[in-house]
Amino acid sequence: MKRRGFLRAAGAAAAAASLPASGQALLPRHDIAALVAEITGGAVPERGGVTVELPSLAENGNFVPLRIRVASPMTAEDHVTALHVLSERNPRPRIATFRLGPPSGRAEVATRVRLAVAQKVTVLAALSGGRFRVGEAEVFVTSAACIDEGA
Amino acid sequence: MTLGRIQVPPAARAGEVVEIRLLIQHPMEPGFRRDANGRLIPMNVVNAVACRYGGREVFRAELGPGVAANPYFAFWVRAEASGEVSAEWLDDAGVRGAVQAQLVVS
Amino acid sequence: MAGRRGRARRRAGAAGRFVTRLLGVLALISAAAAFGQAAVRPDPLQPGTAFQSADVRALQADDFANPGMLWVARGAEFWAARPAGGGKACAGCHGEPAAMRGVATRYPRHDPELRRVTDLSGRIDACNRRHQGGEGYPPESQALLSLAALVSHQSRGMPVAVDVSGPANAAFREGQALYRTRIGQLNLACTHCHDANWGRTLLAEPISQGHPTGWPAYRLEWQSLGSLQRRLRACFFGVRAEQPAYGSEDLVGLELYLAWRAQGLAVEAPGVRR
Repeated sequence: MKRRGFLRAAGAAAAAASLPASGQALLPRHDIAALVAEITGGAVPERGGVTVELPSLAENGNFVPLRIRVASPMTAEDHVTALHVLSERNPRPRIATFRLGPPSGRAEVATRVRLAVAQKVTVLAALSGGRFRVGEAEVFVTSAACIDEGA
Repeated sequence: MTLGRIQVPPAARAGEVVEIRLLIQHPMEPGFRRDANGRLIPMNVVNAVACRYGGREVFRAELGPGVAANPYFAFWVRAEASGEVSAEWLDDAGVRGAVQAQLVVS
Repeated sequence: MAGRRGRARRRAGAAGRFVTRLLGVLALISAAAAFGQAAVRPDPLQPGTAFQSADVRALQADDFANPGMLWVARGAEFWAARPAGGGKACAGCHGEPAAMRGVATRYPRHDPELRRVTDLSGRIDACNRRHQGGEGYPPESQALLSLAALVSHQSRGMPVAVDVSGPANAAFREGQALYRTRIGQLNLACTHCHDANWGRTLLAEPISQGHPTGWPAYRLEWQSLGSLQRRLRACFFGVRAEQPAYGSEDLVGLELYLAWRAQGLAVEAPGVRR
């Protein structure tokens, strides 16, 4: 029926209007491998030991809970010194850097991040002794159905 | 001064690793939103946070617009002696904020 | 509806007559359904949290991590501070914020001083003007949102119990009428979504029953705490209708009707919504 078709089209138009002005296809895809190499000074990080907890489906890209855990004794001899949170599709690839040390007792940080679109989030852990570990997670991001920039 | 809240556990045993939570009221303006007149709202985010306990810095964060508005952090600290847990932060406009709580360690 | 039936009547042939009867029946059903369902409150009555994700519910329940609590904390500062006009602080007349327990459950209400129905934010604004020597608070300003969050929060867990009798009755009936009136380019009334289709999804989001009890709320989309009036204006925008002005009789009447419709549900302030 004509009304249902119109409503569907209006809904689709509203959803399309929720995309950023640049459009999803035009958001940059950062070279995370190159950025990691820049941070590590060329050293190749080990995979594993870095858990990146993100919801697999984020209801709102403005507010995505993130928890990072690194298996580490956090002693003076063996501890995490930094956690670099990297985004492959946000306008800026560096989301945050957290600095930890032996007084932390545990290499675990939780926060809330912004994710522009569905993407992979990479966490590079810098460890004492010049070592690096890396972990990642994929997130699918939806945006609100009713867009109210006019509000 | 930007408003913030800090939460420490009500009590801790010496040597116990405890969770500290920090919440800061700040729009974390990313720099590509527009106001009602179409003008670009300039970027202004909390770019640095530092937490001190027992006379040392125990947590530091370097932030950008990729961190959600009203930034929240949960991190861990090894409880040693009773003392103040304090957090300070600074945004791009130079506005500071600070908040403290007492950690009681037995 | 009369127009649709009139156009249908002009179609030729038996098929046309069948279509006429079918459209007539459908129109009657949809009218009856809309009217019938608007006359009763949703059953079972479910708060807005029932239509949010588990993550959002958990965030609302976490008194530390709930970003709305920042506005409650800020509200406590405003409450205790002498206002710019040089008058007494809120605390000077009202004592501790806890003295406001129960107040939010009775709003919107007819205010004898203002001689009109007002919501809680309108009352706070009026208080500042009349009793604190101030110039009031602009809608959605930091001060107003913080104070409204603080005062509403004192009633958290208490059931909404507004009085729609007497001088408040006219605004209540106007709000009820607006709730059932088709508006905007999408030509929908509140009842079409929030009575006839709550629980179903609209563009993959569940439709709530449209209760006001979660407000003021931290809306993830706004990245800020906002008022019920802001949310209602967003609804008008959603159906491509002209948005009523903040503080307008339209919005206050609608708020009063919604509070009546939600009576018995608990105040949640500050809520968290997507």
